[in-house]
Amino acid sequence: MRGTEIKPNILRYMDENQRFDGRKLDQLRPIEIEYDVIKTAEGSARVKMGGTEVIAGIKLEIGSPFPDTPDNGALMVGVELLPLASPEFEKGPPSIDSIEMSRVVDRGIRESEAIDTKKLCITKGEKVWMVMVDICPINDDGNMLDVSGLAAIAALKVTKFPEFDGESIDYKKPRKKQLPISKVPIPITVYKVADKLFVDPVAEEQKEYDGRLTVTSTEKGMLCAMQKGGDEPLSADDVDDMVKIAVKKADEIRKKL
Amino acid sequence: MTKEAKSKLLIKDKEIAAPGEVLATGMDFLPSYGTYRLNNEIMANKLGVASVVGKVIKIIPVAGRYPPKRGDVVIGKVIDVTMNGWIIDINCAYDAMMNVKDATSDFIKRGENLTRFFKIGDHIVAQITNVTSQKLVDLTVKGHGLRKIFGGRLIEVNTHKVPRIIGKQGSMVTMIKQTTGCNIIVGQNGWIWLSGTPEGENLAVEAIKKIERESHLSGLTDKIKSYLEKNKVEVSQASKPVGVEKKTQSSKAASVSKPEPKEAVKSDKK
Repeated sequence: MRGTEIKPNILRYMDENQRFDGRKLDQLRPIEIEYDVIKTAEGSARVKMGGTEVIAGIKLEIGSPFPDTPDNGALMVGVELLPLASPEFEKGPPSIDSIEMSRVVDRGIRESEAIDTKKLCITKGEKVWMVMVDICPINDDGNMLDVSGLAAIAALKVTKFPEFDGESIDYKKPRKKQLPISKVPIPITVYKVADKLFVDPVAEEQKEYDGRLTVTSTEKGMLCAMQKGGDEPLSADDVDDMVKIAVKKADEIRKKL
Repeated sequence: MTKEAKSKLLIKDKEIAAPGEVLATGMDFLPSYGTYRLNNEIMANKLGVASVVGKVIKIIPVAGRYPPKRGDVVIGKVIDVTMNGWIIDINCAYDAMMNVKDATSDFIKRGENLTRFFKIGDHIVAQITNVTSQKLVDLTVKGHGLRKIFGGRLIEVNTHKVPRIIGKQGSMVTMIKQTTGCNIIVGQNGWIWLSGTPEGENLAVEAIKKIERESHLSGLTDKIKSYLEKNKVEVSQASKPVGVEKKTQSSKAASVSKPEPKEAVKSDKK
């Protein structure tokens, strides 16, 4: 949609609890999740939320642990905003947005302790499993962060260890053992424009927000990560409301995994 | 050629034609939009649905940019202000130009600031006065219903589906206007401007998108009518419990309720 003026239009619609695509303020777009879309990856998922589509792939490798955590495996999350997804993404070194996105997704999974990193240790101080999450947008129609986070955890849930004989990994053999995932952290970004709070923006709405707060929560409303963005400050009451919305919406999405 | 071969039509109405396809032979048929005559044959130069009306053969393209035509009413966006006019984006491969004399009858001094009339980012409803062979497009806002537009919402549709959205003598767009209570302006270039309540606008947008998707099917007007009626009920039911809100916005509610009595009359007749 090209609005004659987009921001006043957003406000005019939100005053009547409406959005450009006929949704309510706190309504998510329909979600579709497909598992194991990439055969060569240890786990993968394609998530569609309205027009936004993201593929996440997981690779497992053997590496040496960090010196300060000799018996813990490692997690690495990368988001690459490819120009194919949106005319606003450029090729070249990672943009600020893609760095923020990968860090917020990483923080959600890491701080929720969804992956039991102790179980990824093979020999203490020498060999551990490294979990690499690569997130790749196919189409951007707003709310990339939440969809990326959802794709990452969906892919992790179906990840299986490749065959390892003590020296090398045979990626070709059928995989059996499941990656230990104990929790399902789901990031929900609540946006604020004027005094209205809403979730799951489409591309136009995403350009015009005042402030946003990403809240990652696990089952039973446990909060594990937050990220504030946007130019306007948020009051304590705003944060309270946003957390409530985020936890409610995360529960809604978790049922679909 | 001593004797002309007998004319033969090789394509049926509403069949799909590809560029280079021979649509008819002989001189009894006339090539229209999207077709051309080569020697004794009429050929397609666009991918689309053929339309045979009497002797005239034309192609309604599946997709494509807006081809500017003289006399079309379009919606445009001001993208530049020059010394003697404005440059307008009309969703076309070529930018249009509007001279000062086509914008106002006022006397304008040399070097006056033209943003007084239209500034960058303004939207206008304008008519194409001329398209040269070099595709220089001239616009005017002098005429019935031509003006600057404020507020509202602008959507983009396939320019080749615009005739279906308007309908015969504007029947389709009039129906959408009445059931949704929106003011709608359809530009031939595929930009449509709507202004009403958010609910009405959303319903109108959905209806227009539906027309765009199903434009090749027959019985479209009836389908859209039943779609609008079905959703109209839901809208009014949904807004009923929030009656308190409506009372506070009495001015708004008055303008919205206008089309509703008409609906009531219609359903009584049934």
